[in-house]
Amino acid sequence: MQLAFPGVEVPLFGLVTSAQYNSLITNHGTIMIFWFAMPILVAAFGNYLIPLMIGADDMVFPKINRLSYQIFFLSVLVLIASFFVQNGGFGGAWTAYPPLSAKAEYNLTPWGSILWLVAVVLEFVAFLLGGINFITTLMNSRAKGMKMMDIPIVCWMIVLASLLFMASAGPLIAGAAMLLFDQTIGTGFFDPARGGDPILWQHLFWFFGHPEVYVVFLPAMGIVAEVITVFSRKKLFAYKVVLFTTFATGILSFFVWAHHQFIAGIDPRLANIFTVTTLLISIPIAEMLFVYIATLYGGAIELSTAMLFALGFLATFLIGGVTGVFLGASGADIYFHDTYFVLAHFHYTFVPIAVIAVFSGLYYWFPKMFGRFMNEFWGKVHFWGTMVGFNGIFMPLFFTGAAGDHRRIFDYSNFPELAVSSLQTLRIIATVCVVITILFQFVFFWNFIYSMFRGRKCTENNPWKANTLEWVAASPPPHGNFPVMPEVYRGAYEYSVPGRELDYWPQNEKV
Amino acid sequence: MGTTTPIATTRSVTGMPTGRLAVWWVIGSEIVIFGGLLMCYLMLRLKFPHWALMSSHTNTFAGGLNTFVLLTSSLFIVLAHHYAEKKEELKAFGLIWATIFGGLTFLVIKGIEWTTEITNGFTITSSLFWSFYYTAAGLHALHVIAGMILMGWISIDVLQKKNMHRVELIGIYWHFVDIVWIFLFPLLYIAK
Repeated sequence: MQLAFPGVEVPLFGLVTSAQYNSLITNHGTIMIFWFAMPILVAAFGNYLIPLMIGADDMVFPKINRLSYQIFFLSVLVLIASFFVQNGGFGGAWTAYPPLSAKAEYNLTPWGSILWLVAVVLEFVAFLLGGINFITTLMNSRAKGMKMMDIPIVCWMIVLASLLFMASAGPLIAGAAMLLFDQTIGTGFFDPARGGDPILWQHLFWFFGHPEVYVVFLPAMGIVAEVITVFSRKKLFAYKVVLFTTFATGILSFFVWAHHQFIAGIDPRLANIFTVTTLLISIPIAEMLFVYIATLYGGAIELSTAMLFALGFLATFLIGGVTGVFLGASGADIYFHDTYFVLAHFHYTFVPIAVIAVFSGLYYWFPKMFGRFMNEFWGKVHFWGTMVGFNGIFMPLFFTGAAGDHRRIFDYSNFPELAVSSLQTLRIIATVCVVITILFQFVFFWNFIYSMFRGRKCTENNPWKANTLEWVAASPPPHGNFPVMPEVYRGAYEYSVPGRELDYWPQNEKV
Repeated sequence: MGTTTPIATTRSVTGMPTGRLAVWWVIGSEIVIFGGLLMCYLMLRLKFPHWALMSSHTNTFAGGLNTFVLLTSSLFIVLAHHYAEKKEELKAFGLIWATIFGGLTFLVIKGIEWTTEITNGFTITSSLFWSFYYTAAGLHALHVIAGMILMGWISIDVLQKKNMHRVELIGIYWHFVDIVWIFLFPLLYIAK
């Protein structure tokens, strides 16, 4: 907005100052990852789907679940409070690199930065507790007869995401304690003048930060797996391949973190190693996408709104993945680093994950959640508006970034060498598309709320003719989920089995 | 949410009771927290040999005594588990409180030790070594305190013969707290 129309007031907000701009982009990143993508994809879908899909009445530790939510709620309050203290919210980017994050004389937000850090740590504690619950529930409380290879992919994905989070968040929690001491009592963990090392924080942050990408990616991939099998009436092309590539992704994700630091002064020999691992990780991800496309091939595809969003996810995430290859190569990254190309790349990964796949899941499970359908016509309007708008925002930014536009700059008129003035039209297109995308989300909100109370009634338990156990329960499921605890006789994706009259075969049906 | 236990909690597909499985996952996530902190310490320590000058001021005797106290308290919690299995709630109750007392002794010794260090001028901001010394041991002490609170809570249940299996769970956790100290003691005290 500021870059396309310098000096113009933003409607409903007023003129954005440079400090407000920094605070806004910092908290946009933080909130979108920690308080939007993770709570919805992992916590909300996990809590709703895992007990239903594995045929249990609840999570194994309902009280710990509640505690996890309460700590999460507290973290939200702390984060909101950080905007209203002296000098406002933290503005040192969501990565919070020291010394900017450690010293109040640099970041000018003495309270905002501390509260920001405390909120993030509380959020982590909440997710560790929630994750332990998810993992234990899936391991111990599956319905009788449900073997490892009968678990719906989305449950696997949410639990593996919780595992990745658990294994990667620890060092950052330790790092956060160190940073908090640097901020508050003046230790020098990250202060080179006192023997500390600011790069150490970057290692701790990205050792968490990169697996975190897969923490949100995997549940999205799981949701899409459920939707595309149901709406193409085909068995998932290769269940075990999806699972094993997920394991490979999970393991590799712990060996790629330094690709965020190619220009931070790390040893070039180290950069070579991390280039190789980073390019390697695109192989299992590509394999997963191929399996999904193979599932679609020859299927009886029904283009419902949920399916459209699932297909939209595959198409747009593909662009995000392919552009990542440019950035993973250390040579190319030296040029692309901190340009709008990077920004467009990770929005092409995160928006499909946290927005498009979530919409797909919501349109798909809405009848189960509320016992009514969402309106398909307005759903499709919302889909096209979102897809056109989203691509309209970030596609132009690939070009401005490739031309050299530097990100995180409040106003290029002060730094003309960091931007290409001839590309102003692209910036204006992107800004207009932001407004369009936001406007189309009102279609969704209206559709969601209207359908909750007035939507077409869902009279049957299994409106999409799906196999997984959540469709055995009533819509919406009562307390305790199932009148009789179901038993499982087969895998989750037995669609269009030859010789069978119906084209689906629920997991709980004996014959 | 009702007060009844969900069916989900009583299932055991892996063959391991749900509570024990969860405690192992808690420990798994704690290992990475302490692991991250100690890796940072180790890498800087190897980079700066002169840290040995500062670590020479740590009180190895106090650290050693604390190691003994903490390991002894672990024996008590093992015995408490033994009697909890046999449903002898009074003996189990007493041994849990012996463990809590062990934790308390550990904290008192640590308190005396830290007071001495601080009066000698070695505070958390003195140098990076001391920052790690107080941060790592402080984080560990917080875990000791948390364990003591949980044990107090469990001991009340034990007296009423409720949730006896939780003695084993807190025992696993207490051993983990021990093991963390077994790593901290050589790294902060013995390595001079």
